[in-house]
Amino acid sequence: MASITLTINKKRHTVDVDPDMPLLWVIRDVIGYTGTKFGCGRALCGSCTVLIDGEATRSCVTPVDLAAGRTIITIEGLSPDRTHPVQIAWMEEDVPQCGYCQPGMIMAVAALLDRSPNPSENDIEATMAMHLCRCGTYNRIRRAIITAAKTPQPGSGSKGGVR
Amino acid sequence: MSTLTLNRRDFLKVVSVAGGGLVLGFHLLPKETDAFTPEVAGSFKPNAFLSIDTSGKITITVAKSEMGQGVRTSLPMIVAEELEADWTTIDVKQAPAHPNKYGSQGTGGSTSVRTSYENLRKAGATAREMLIAAAAQRWGVDPATCYAERASVIHRANGRRLSYGELAETAATLPVPASPRLKDPKDFTIIGKRMPQVDNPSRVDGTAIFGIDVRVPGMLFASIEHSPVFGGKVARFDATRAKQVPGVRDVVQIDEGIAVVATNTWAALEGRDRLDIQWDKGQWAEQSSENIWKTFEETAKKPGTEERKVGDAAAALASAAHKVEAIYRAPFVAHATMEPMNCTAHVRGNECEIWAPTQTPQRAQTEAARVLSVPVENVTVNVTLLGGGFGRRLLADYVVEAVKVARAIGAPVQVIWTREDDMRHDFYRPSTYNVMTAGLDKNGQPVAWTHRIVGPSSRGIVTGGSTPPYAIPNIYIDAHIIDTGVPIGAWRAVGPSQNAFMIESFIDELAAAAKKDPFEYRRQLLKEKPRLKRALELAAEKAGWGKPLPKGRARGIACCESYGSSIGEVAEVSVDRHGAMKVHRVVVALDCGPVVNPQTIEAQMEGAIAYGLSAAIKDEITITGGGVAQSNFHDYAMLTMSEMPAVEVHIVPSTEAMGGIGEPGLPPVAPAVANALFALTGKRIRKMPIRAEDLQGEG
Repeated sequence: MASITLTINKKRHTVDVDPDMPLLWVIRDVIGYTGTKFGCGRALCGSCTVLIDGEATRSCVTPVDLAAGRTIITIEGLSPDRTHPVQIAWMEEDVPQCGYCQPGMIMAVAALLDRSPNPSENDIEATMAMHLCRCGTYNRIRRAIITAAKTPQPGSGSKGGVR
Repeated sequence: MSTLTLNRRDFLKVVSVAGGGLVLGFHLLPKETDAFTPEVAGSFKPNAFLSIDTSGKITITVAKSEMGQGVRTSLPMIVAEELEADWTTIDVKQAPAHPNKYGSQGTGGSTSVRTSYENLRKAGATAREMLIAAAAQRWGVDPATCYAERASVIHRANGRRLSYGELAETAATLPVPASPRLKDPKDFTIIGKRMPQVDNPSRVDGTAIFGIDVRVPGMLFASIEHSPVFGGKVARFDATRAKQVPGVRDVVQIDEGIAVVATNTWAALEGRDRLDIQWDKGQWAEQSSENIWKTFEETAKKPGTEERKVGDAAAALASAAHKVEAIYRAPFVAHATMEPMNCTAHVRGNECEIWAPTQTPQRAQTEAARVLSVPVENVTVNVTLLGGGFGRRLLADYVVEAVKVARAIGAPVQVIWTREDDMRHDFYRPSTYNVMTAGLDKNGQPVAWTHRIVGPSSRGIVTGGSTPPYAIPNIYIDAHIIDTGVPIGAWRAVGPSQNAFMIESFIDELAAAAKKDPFEYRRQLLKEKPRLKRALELAAEKAGWGKPLPKGRARGIACCESYGSSIGEVAEVSVDRHGAMKVHRVVVALDCGPVVNPQTIEAQMEGAIAYGLSAAIKDEITITGGGVAQSNFHDYAMLTMSEMPAVEVHIVPSTEAMGGIGEPGLPPVAPAVANALFALTGKRIRKMPIRAEDLQGEG
């Protein structure tokens, strides 16, 4: 066990946990943000994607001690009021069906648009290749990415597009 | 105040879903329901589905489970339409399980909208008439001189108005009309409009609560080691090392395996890894896919139990000018919902509270009550959002486990499955072996069709939708049902999900043998199925059937009637020089009767095509050593974004009986793709999933 301090959605949390515990379980079970989902536990589906220093990261295979001292953003911290362009586009295109994989999808796309505001078809394919949706919302996701890319990204130096 | 005289008809029993094999016995309202008994206290609650408080807040209760199919949007739309409510201000509440208050809460068989439609209209209309009567009473005028609009009642003569909130108290004192007048569909302002899902804002900001997200004060987390072999039991176990993991609170044995209970999921998983368990593997320890196929093949040589008989197929085959024979195979496939199975339960004395992502809240309730030997009233089942259902969550196995663990530890606990647990302890779509023969006359017309199906465990699931829709004078279908040890369950579109692959591929073979166009061949055999014929024609028209395509592409067509809807699909494919296929486009045309939410229909068609295509080209569960060989998404691959075809949906304007939406889009996609591959490569695909090697070599 170790005392680890994490900055999640601009709040500092000090937790006493096994340093090998994946960040996912610290976020969900110890700190209590449940928007980040467990899908596979092996970085295969993308449901657990969060931003660490602006980079889309699979929290299910990231030991918590590797996240210490870095800036972590979960779906709850993407915007205070669902106004991140990716969230707006997701609602406009009515993307989610069951919605379980969508927080991971949205975080991955927020990171993508932060680094390439006008992503090519290849950028989109490469980013989304390892994000699984069993409901088959892929075509809407693709449309929503294009819609979101037309909106200026919040970026504003706070990596990961947090406002 | 019970002047209720509503005609409690014996509501439609959907025990034989058209073309479907799933016999769920869902019927909306049983005779003893109290759905239309108004509640007196507080706000205006004219029935179980609706309440209006004095501030004007309208709450519509949904008793079906939301798993992405949009019932928490489409069902309230129906009530709101008749109520003349303002759609943008509706609150939607999820009903907990109740033995009879809402009728069946089972969510499956693509039944929710079509079996609720009439009653929910009536629920809304009842309230509307009572609110109008309340306003008329207040004004001392004839109700016929008043009308409702956007949650207010207006007096036609002078335009004065009272809001529903202002009328709620008075309305609650009035008699419930026996047969309220329903709106003329031409006046609909909500039904038939494109409405986004009411839950989507919460699904994009992380506040949506799925089963896995339930948090209860003092709760613990548990992970269960199940038998690696179907039907195996714990012989003995040693939990010493598991209990040494920091955070592990307890290790308990239940019938289903050994549960490690901890303060967080990770500690439970770490503890579980350190369990030492000896299993009594039981009778299936040596079961394998190879053995199952061999058994199926041997069994298929003998006549099975008759499933369907029209005319005399044997005689017609014997005298046919031309005979076509083929063997078709389908593998076991898993549901693989993105949210693994999980359930949170708290047992206190002889009471139990459950939070579950379930398609069958009442089943969860009765099974929990049975396990605990308590009356069902002592079991509360709260229904969360479901991270996918697809038929997997019709079962209550994961609920029962959670109840047993909760009882053992005396604290609230969330039992959560890993992806590996989910993959290996599913109730799979059955693997089947199919022997098909057909006789053609000298003009290439089919005169006989026989289909022998060999499959595991569940007759209804194996043989559902096995009758071809075509006008063939002699048909004989028989089946062998064999226990393989592999648990079988309803998988989106159930019987038709795979029998359409067999039927629609084989009819394509007959068209090819007859040297006829596969669309025209089907069409002339669908004279007795006008809805299906129209859907097929529309799909062909919209897909540009018969028009030239770029080199290296081809189209395939298929159709299927299931769950009350008739659907035609055309797939457009290409294959690169390495044999890798791509499905570029799927055109769907459907007749599902009157439409409630076109947005949902399009989404469900896209979803059904993704799910069906995944099974057609990727998903396969194999059995080895009595258990499932696959474990996670690396070896049970599913459709990815780059493999998703463009999907175009065309709805046939229809006033026919309302059909289902969640499943019917699925059955035609696999054969449409296989038929397109045949058109392109000359290779006939007779097994799923379709592999690159199937597209090479001799046809």
